Amino acid sequence: MSDDTINLTVDGKSLTAKRGQMLIEVTDAAGIDVPRFCYHKKLSVAANCRMCLVEVEKAPKPLPACATPVMPDMVVRTASKIARDAQKGTMEFLLINHPLDCPICDQGGECELQDVAMGYGNGASQYTEGKRVVFDKYIGPLIATEMTRCIHCTRCVRFGEEIAGIRELGATGRGENVRIGTYIEKSVVSEVSGNVIDICPVGALTARPSRYTARSWELQQQPSVSPHDSVGSNVFVHMDGSTINRVIPRENESINEVWIADRDRFSYQGLNNQDRLQSPMVRVDGELQPCDWPTALSTAAKLLRAEGQDSSDLGVLVSPSITVEELYLTQKLARALGTNNVDHRLGQLDFSAQDSAPVMPWLGMQLNDLETLDAALLIGSNIRKDQPIAALRLRKSALKGGAISFINPRQFPLHFEASVSIATRYDNMVSELYCVARAAGADVGSMADAPQLDPNDQHQSIADSLQNGERAAVMLGNICVQHPAYAQLQYLANAVANATGATLGMLPERSNTAGAWLAGAVPHRAAGGNALSGSAAAGKNALQMLDEPMKAYLLVGCEIEFDAARPAYASKALDSADGVVAISAYMSEGLSRCADVVLPAATFTETFGTYVNATGAWQSAKGTTSPPGDARPAWKVFRVLAQELELDGFGFDSPEAVTKELQSHCGSVTLSNLATFDNVPAFYAPSSETLLRAGETPIYATDPIVRRSQPLQKSMDGKQAFAIMSQTQAATLSVADGDQVSVQQNGSAVSLPAKVDNSIPDGCVWVPTGLPETQALGELFGTIKVSKV
Amino acid sequence: MSSVPADVILPAPESVLNAHSIEEIEEWMTRFPDNQKQSAVLAALSIAQHQNQGWLSTELMDAVAAKLHMPPIAVYEVASFYSMFETTPVGRNCVAICTNISCMLMGSDTIVNHVENKYGIKLGDSTEDGRIYLKVEEECLAACSGGPMMQVNHVYHTNLTPESVDEILDALE
Ligand code: SF4
Ligand code: FES
Ligand code: FES
Repeated sequence: MSDDTINLTVDGKSLTAKRGQMLIEVTDAAGIDVPRFCYHKKLSVAANCRMCLVEVEKAPKPLPACATPVMPDMVVRTASKIARDAQKGTMEFLLINHPLDCPICDQGGECELQDVAMGYGNGASQYTEGKRVVFDKYIGPLIATEMTRCIHCTRCVRFGEEIAGIRELGATGRGENVRIGTYIEKSVVSEVSGNVIDICPVGALTARPSRYTARSWELQQQPSVSPHDSVGSNVFVHMDGSTINRVIPRENESINEVWIADRDRFSYQGLNNQDRLQSPMVRVDGELQPCDWPTALSTAAKLLRAEGQDSSDLGVLVSPSITVEELYLTQKLARALGTNNVDHRLGQLDFSAQDSAPVMPWLGMQLNDLETLDAALLIGSNIRKDQPIAALRLRKSALKGGAISFINPRQFPLHFEASVSIATRYDNMVSELYCVARAAGADVGSMADAPQLDPNDQHQSIADSLQNGERAAVMLGNICVQHPAYAQLQYLANAVANATGATLGMLPERSNTAGAWLAGAVPHRAAGGNALSGSAAAGKNALQMLDEPMKAYLLVGCEIEFDAARPAYASKALDSADGVVAISAYMSEGLSRCADVVLPAATFTETFGTYVNATGAWQSAKGTTSPPGDARPAWKVFRVLAQELELDGFGFDSPEAVTKELQSHCGSVTLSNLATFDNVPAFYAPSSETLLRAGETPIYATDPIVRRSQPLQKSMDGKQAFAIMSQTQAATLSVADGDQVSVQQNGSAVSLPAKVDNSIPDGCVWVPTGLPETQALGELFGTIKVSKV
Repeated sequence: MSSVPADVILPAPESVLNAHSIEEIEEWMTRFPDNQKQSAVLAALSIAQHQNQGWLSTELMDAVAAKLHMPPIAVYEVASFYSMFETTPVGRNCVAICTNISCMLMGSDTIVNHVENKYGIKLGDSTEDGRIYLKVEEECLAACSGGPMMQVNHVYHTNLTPESVDEILDALE
């Protein structure tokens, strides 16, 4: 037995434990029930509720199990008279000010207070005085408050401080006047705020969107996987009959621990949107009209293989947010139709390094490795909003002293202290990274046109931290993929990783970005990263397909006006095409304008499907609801469409059969991010323009489901349609905060309110993409004109 | 440990706190180690309160938060916890009659009743003209030997009688 292990006796059972463990961890592990409110295994010990009092031999009075470290040969009784009396006493006091309004409380039936009161409470209270009442403040569209019910366990406060890293809730006042809240009327802004709903042991904090809609015991629980980012958080979908009532986290220590992001939790509100397609539609006399499946399918088949149309005239664009089975079928259909013009990289501008790309982009490590990094450099990443749950892990590294640095096109609000945070105009990011590479002693000499750039202290400090860190990582984030010099950033990140020994990682953009690569939804590779059959030439990439209009398009799950790198061109290309066939769950303004046939598909929760996350884990979720109206799972749509097109190989009798076929192509896949660049990209020189556009796809604009979730759209992060610029920039443009400005790009213009924010570098204006307000514009990173209207 | 969340926009301290307050707060900050400047929060709040006729507006607390790099909620917690901080507007003269045990035995009830009747307000209220704030004193003010006693604008007055109280209060601005 190692020194660390000790023996103790609890309720007559002898147990072993590690020195320093709290008693409650040991009893929990042994399945011995100790009541508690304030203790939570992921939070610090507060020991303020006193519900967990137990009898410990030789201690003069009962001790809180959550704050009592185990001792050798300790003898503990959790249910003796002394323990029970203490627990019952605590319970009685806790209920003194509680309103006991369970019949009208959403938490009823799954309330820790209710459960514990059943076991330890008295049938009647001795307390006859008036109870405390707390008036609620509105804290945003996601969380409903009923603070009279609060028992001051401070779990929610500790969550903000310790996990989310942004302290928004607090305990104000003193004694019986203590209140948990925001003090001032203010919406909470954390992107993981919804977790306080789960950890609140009473009905003080509940989910606002599902408030008063169902009783927990009426709900059916189904495991699923969140389709909104490359973490692939595990969730439970709670069904009220055939509709989804809510989504909560499903514990998985290696993926999301016990947390989920608000996006994972509240996106389901976008599922039953009025935009959901109920029946197939075809364009008749210029108008999309509902029709039956056979009509829609035969029209679709005709458009995809129209007379006088070569197979190379067809472009196939697919969303990386759908299941890997659907991605696989999409590219399979494209290739069966004789074209390699298929791509999921809708927002990408620079494809020049695609041949050097590994089989799929991946993190380069497991998610929990993010917690123990000594150093990391994140390039073009707003990880906190793009992969919120991964960011919580990375934060732990920073809190332990890890040096986490950034090279970004702006300063993003972080929930930890960055070691070095370089916020520069986007066109300068390559130069900054180049300097880091040089500081690290990387061999970058072969980059053509590289100027004489010398590293400064910041670059050196980043390079040193990566070099000295035993566990170090260089990561490319979502913004890199949208950056016009993606190849250069990849090349240099590669060089830095090679020179410093750091692990190179990618934070894949969407839930199935990694899956899309594996599925072969790229123009230059087949499924499993294999070479194209018959050494065919690579097809057109997404940008080429949309920049030069093609005759026909097949769109699967995407909303081009929001997803495309140059939304304005993309919309024009689709409008001018002879035939546009869409397989989609939603109608959108873009489809209603350009689509000739719309085939309604099932979406998240409605069909079996697999998501490949950032670590390469294949996670499948079953369909738990039925798609609305005549909508069908996409794998069935592909089956009948292929039949109509007389194509073989689509006769799957289950979606699992599709997964199997895809897996058979992926047998030899080895994951790596380090690439050998056959062609070293030339240096990317900063632009001489005095004003540039920069931006990102905001957290609640990433896919069609989130875009339709009203609670998310109404939250702080949902409001992003601004032209944001620094004070200096605003002064140069004679613009003041709140002014309406005209933003012009590629010949189109939109009007947006200006916002002054010094986290944006001078010389650029931050205008996000993926929003209805900005869809008329061009690329995210490029030239722009801004003037006051 | 947690600093101001970057999503929270706080006022520049100088735009809310006057130069004198800033100077005093900075002096207090020098007394604590670099990573523990938050320890100056109590001093900073009383300085801020002093600049604002005896009460702390949210704006002032935010300015203190910005100055000390604290999340604003942490400052609200401190300000709302201590009885010497007011977070709503109060009368400009702070009158705190001790009602703790010794003073109570010496007749503090009579003094409280007298003052309440004199101004037609209850403990905890301020007069309408904003001249008097009748603060609820929570603790013994450690002048038991002179009970009943009260504190008026930080000055102790002991062995009170209704007459002496009138004299003291009438002399206030
Ligand atoms: S709101 Fe809930 S989690 Fe927060 S302190 Fe109150 S009871 Fe605890
Ligand atoms: S759970 Fe131990 S004191 Fe609250
Ligand atoms: S009881 Fe009044 S000063 Fe002590």
